[in-house]
Amino acid sequence: MSGRSAGSPFAPHTLETTAEMLAAVGADDEADLFDIPESVAFDGEFGIPARSEREVVGDLRDTFARNDDLTEFLGRGHYGHYVPALVDDLSARSEFLTSYTQYQPEITQGFLQALFEYQSMLVELTGLPVANCSMYDAATGLAEAALLADRVRSASGDTVLVPEALRDGKRSTLDNYVDGSDLSVETYPSDDGTVDLEALRERVGGDVCFVYAENPTVTGAIEPELAAVGDVADEHDALFCVGSDVVALGLLREPASVGADVVVGEAGALGLPTAYGMGLGLFACREEYLRQVPGRLVGASEDAADHRAYTLTLQTREQHIRKERATSNICTNQAWVALRAAMHLATLGASGLADLAEDCVRAARDLAADLDEVDGVTAPLHDRHHFREFAVGVDDAHGVAAGLQERGYAVHVLDGDTLQVCVTDLTAGETDGLVAAFTEVAN
Amino acid sequence: MNYDQARYGDDERYEPLLSEKDGKAVDPGEDSALPDELTRDSLELPELSEPELARHYTRLSQMNWSVEAGPYPLGSCTMKYNPSFTDVVAADPNAAVHPDRDPETVQGTLKLLYGLQEYLAEVGGMDAVTLQPPAGAAGEFAGITVAKAYHEANGNDRSEIIVPASAHGTNFATAAMAGYDVVELPSGEDGRVDLEALEAAVSGDTAALMLTNPNTVGLFERDIEEIAGIVHDAGGLLYYDGANLNALLGRARPGDMGFDIMHYNVHKTFATPHGGGGPGAGPVGVVDDLAEFLPRPQVREVGSDSDGSDVDGGAGDDAAGYELFDPERSVGKVHGFGGNWLVLIRAYAYIHRLGDEGLLDASAKAVLNANYLAERVEFDVPYGPFHHEFAATSGDRDAADVAKRMLDYGVHPPTTKWPEMVPEAMLTEPTEAESKASLDDLAAAFNAAAADPVEDLEAAPSKTTARRIDQTSAARNPRLSWHALAGSDDDS
Repeated sequence: MSGRSAGSPFAPHTLETTAEMLAAVGADDEADLFDIPESVAFDGEFGIPARSEREVVGDLRDTFARNDDLTEFLGRGHYGHYVPALVDDLSARSEFLTSYTQYQPEITQGFLQALFEYQSMLVELTGLPVANCSMYDAATGLAEAALLADRVRSASGDTVLVPEALRDGKRSTLDNYVDGSDLSVETYPSDDGTVDLEALRERVGGDVCFVYAENPTVTGAIEPELAAVGDVADEHDALFCVGSDVVALGLLREPASVGADVVVGEAGALGLPTAYGMGLGLFACREEYLRQVPGRLVGASEDAADHRAYTLTLQTREQHIRKERATSNICTNQAWVALRAAMHLATLGASGLADLAEDCVRAARDLAADLDEVDGVTAPLHDRHHFREFAVGVDDAHGVAAGLQERGYAVHVLDGDTLQVCVTDLTAGETDGLVAAFTEVAN
Repeated sequence: MNYDQARYGDDERYEPLLSEKDGKAVDPGEDSALPDELTRDSLELPELSEPELARHYTRLSQMNWSVEAGPYPLGSCTMKYNPSFTDVVAADPNAAVHPDRDPETVQGTLKLLYGLQEYLAEVGGMDAVTLQPPAGAAGEFAGITVAKAYHEANGNDRSEIIVPASAHGTNFATAAMAGYDVVELPSGEDGRVDLEALEAAVSGDTAALMLTNPNTVGLFERDIEEIAGIVHDAGGLLYYDGANLNALLGRARPGDMGFDIMHYNVHKTFATPHGGGGPGAGPVGVVDDLAEFLPRPQVREVGSDSDGSDVDGGAGDDAAGYELFDPERSVGKVHGFGGNWLVLIRAYAYIHRLGDEGLLDASAKAVLNANYLAERVEFDVPYGPFHHEFAATSGDRDAADVAKRMLDYGVHPPTTKWPEMVPEAMLTEPTEAESKASLDDLAAAFNAAAADPVEDLEAAPSKTTARRIDQTSAARNPRLSWHALAGSDDDS
């Protein structure tokens, strides 16, 4: 554009305006405004050429086109479900996408109400009365839950008990988060894919302040005796934390009814596409921990005209007020992803969510049954009900996975003779192809 | 400027909650694929048609301020315009891949991640970068975790982190979360780090000093080399909080100033769809000595060691391919997977678009705009000279009241009552995205609010969806879900 200075296309000034503004602040040149000692000034170049919008869009499309086109039967904590078009469309409205944290609630009622509705739906799904409006992902949610236990149960033990089979990303994040506290992390074993109740009973003692169990587990098994796990935790005055996800909670017993004190997990299973691991951490807990909850909370109040209004509340827990005494350092969270999850949930409704969850059981059962027919394949490996995914026994897991990949299918390799397969509404139509590929490569 | 925000319903009404429109209980166990004892007894979620939902969310959006609606000059938050093309590339269907894919099958994803690592290393003057932390505060935590691992590896356990009083609250919270005692450093008379106070604060217990530069009132810490010397001489590390990096693009680099670790708030400095509170992304850069401790995995070119130094890269370059690797003494992970991928794509696209010239111009105009606005505002503005933001004081007027009044003039107010070193602070950061006309409007809103009778300030806002909201009752009587709201309605 004529008269506009070269540089950022998103800085609006013409050369003339720039000159006018420089004159107003009494500077000759933009560089004069920088109060940087010469010894630390940067006068080099990054070597990054500027590009047109068309070039960037084309370049990135070419880059992403380098990703192979595989049908992903992958899960283990990150799930692709069909996201309704309404979610993409309305969440992309700039009023949602480019707004900031709601520090001026009077002018941000729309987002606050949407987050209040998100919290409300998580309360319904978990059965617990308090849900925050997001952690980063399931791993950081679990880690923050352990730190919560440290705050509310400091009188008893300092051992955090988690399943041996916990995903590495969760375990390692947990280890890092508790490193600055008095907590230490230990594991308990599983039996046929779910909690080994006897081993857990033997392990839990006065030193344990936190017991974590997943339902479904990382291999998709549905925990048959979750209430008994809760009882074991309760007998020893340990906090009982259940890990789940927003789709599974639409069908499985609400964690509060089996004694869960805290529920964490993925809420991005709804609303997010497969986003290379980007997530949305759900976090819900009992009322008595309200003032120890990490992260943001939206509450209902009234405005000066006595109308219902929403606002961020209990901010004295948060880092911008409480500094080093805050319940957590979390500030920016996953609010827009929470909005998308809420939209997706609202689009499904109760019956739609229940149907989707039922399909996650049926599709996994059907696929396992079909794979079990294939010579050299045992599916599911564990004698349990499954949700979306299950472990598969084969002779040469690496070889089978490579063969499947050549045929256009991605599955997990757990160890030398175990694979894991996950099916959702996105891939349920392609299971025949997967079974045929297994038939070709498994024996 | 006249302004009226959307509101729905008459005086008795508001946009109903989803639960108030309709609701239907279902029994998910009824025809279940599972035995009854494993399934829930009921599920009550709204059952609404798509047109009803489309209208609901459109209405909610219209009751929400955004950068596209007008200026959002929140000091230290860097709310700049977010170009639309970054949304287009983030939505590319080929970018939607699972994190457990064989790296050989996601070469496009790894190429972008590698390119962004390189871009950020160059912009920050750092030697190695991890993209894993999902937000700025998460980046702080990752960075401090790396610092801790470094000290421990050197057999050098340290217990304290020094944080200036004016720093972001996240710095204090992060240091405490990582198990450190926080030593608060008072600001000097000129608003900058007081070197004598720093000398007194450092000791053999100092693990790190966390600092942002320019600091939280927009002042460049001119003594940064002395500061680095004092911290390094004591065996501590210098940590850069990247919140204000927009002020320095192409003008100075934290690595050149002596910082050992930094995080980048890519959602502030580069493309910034802040999404009403996130997602962000907080990549962390470190100097060579610390690279082996970074979170795992990282991306490198096939056949290279972990050190990559050339940056012309971008998507035009053709390497043999990209692979994941674990730094030798990695601290492990700070996120379940690889972080906030959709944000990282936008950041890469933005840097790729602007290049050297654009980045340099972004900081130039951000600083020009802040100085121009500071000149036009009729409030006292202590300290100076400023970079990208300034803290005006509303003097004997309550900054929160002034802010509420500004809403009626059709602008979003600045950050109020922070940092505490400026009484009744109004921390203002217009960014490079505002035009001169927009800055004049902002100044007019400031100045009109300053001239209005105090009663008007206290009665504000009146043009927003909600009038002044009772924060005290929200905290005293927490109602955090529609279940709680229904319960409290029953009580009354």
